[in-house]
Amino acid sequence: MANKIRVATTSLAGCFGCHMSFLDIDERMLQLVEVVEFDRSPITDIEHCTNCDIGLIEGGVCNSENVHVLREFRNNCKILVAVGACAINGGLPAMRNHIPLEECLNEAYLDGIGVENPQIPSDIELPLLLDQVRPIHEVVKIDYFLPGCPPSADVFWKFLTDLIEGREPSLPYELVHYD
Amino acid sequence: MSKTITIDGKTIPFEEGQTIMDAAMAAGVYIPHLCHQPEFTPHGSCKLCTVKVNGRNCSACTFPAADGQDVLNQAEELIEDRKKITQMLFVEGNHFCPSCEKTGNCQLQAVAYHLNMLDNHFPLFYPDRKVDASHAEVMIDHNRCIFCTLCVRASQQKDGKDVFAISGRGIHKHLIVNAQSGLLKDTDVDASDKACAVCPTGAILVKRTGYQVPIGERIYDHKQIDQVSLSTEHPKHGE
Repeated sequence: MANKIRVATTSLAGCFGCHMSFLDIDERMLQLVEVVEFDRSPITDIEHCTNCDIGLIEGGVCNSENVHVLREFRNNCKILVAVGACAINGGLPAMRNHIPLEECLNEAYLDGIGVENPQIPSDIELPLLLDQVRPIHEVVKIDYFLPGCPPSADVFWKFLTDLIEGREPSLPYELVHYD
Repeated sequence: MSKTITIDGKTIPFEEGQTIMDAAMAAGVYIPHLCHQPEFTPHGSCKLCTVKVNGRNCSACTFPAADGQDVLNQAEELIEDRKKITQMLFVEGNHFCPSCEKTGNCQLQAVAYHLNMLDNHFPLFYPDRKVDASHAEVMIDHNRCIFCTLCVRASQQKDGKDVFAISGRGIHKHLIVNAQSGLLKDTDVDASDKACAVCPTGAILVKRTGYQVPIGERIYDHKQIDQVSLSTEHPKHGE
């Protein structure tokens, strides 16, 4: 276990599609865990990350908790990576950005078709929504970007193997997709 | 004796009246561009085709070729500038490729792929822009317009109409249509117009055609835009 590369992952305002795509490396995961140890990640259920080499961030920031998690990752990861369209440009959730937040909440919780017991959630445990969804490079310094919705399993594999084997990560034309 | 210029050290002949872009394309040299199509009057607005001519930055699509010019096209500095320009085009509009029917066929996206643009670098504007879906067959998604004016020129120069124009300045610049109501349905646009086919992004779309070719089998999914541009815009230099 001693010198394994520590990787943390999280999904902020994302759909976990990027995580699913990461898992699509399939049996290559066995090769990966020979050299990599997962820290905070949906895979491990560890709550906070500590002293990691690589942090993979899926999704943009849409609420205050996203911002805190993102900063925790930045403070604890030597290399921070924006994974997928939403982390890079806000993606689908950012399509709410030109609609006032109050209208979004009214539509979702009060006036929308099929809403029962209409009320806007206000539990103190719930993180506050930001007025706009923003990409993560606007909040913290990001070292690498993996575009795609989601990035394919091969993108994760190429990027991580480049990094682990000491090469400057690069994506060839076939692996660069924004869709 | 025929006249020549050099592009990245390669000697390229040209004819009187040709631009640097014309000469380059005829010789099979790709210079990235979005607002230029050889069949329309050059506009020089997107600045992606910026090259260094005898040490000075010029738009290749508008700058006349002249004997002995020393042109730099693939210089590291120019490629970086082009990437920054493309990033600015992305952040100024709302370019959400996963939900755009033009993805894979989009020249803005293809240029970005070609430049290996992996991020937006700049803060995003998320401008508030509208969709005009009033016409039965054609729609405008203003979120994706990059003001290249290709539709403006195509409508005037090929379709013999005057459907499109650019209005406003700076951040307020926007595409308008030639109708009192401001709606596409009240113009004489037709889905078969060249103006509806020439858009390099997903701003002008013919309805019910967006998903005829599946994602993954589209123009730029496996071929880079330099290859496509040289073979389709100058057929004699195809593969």
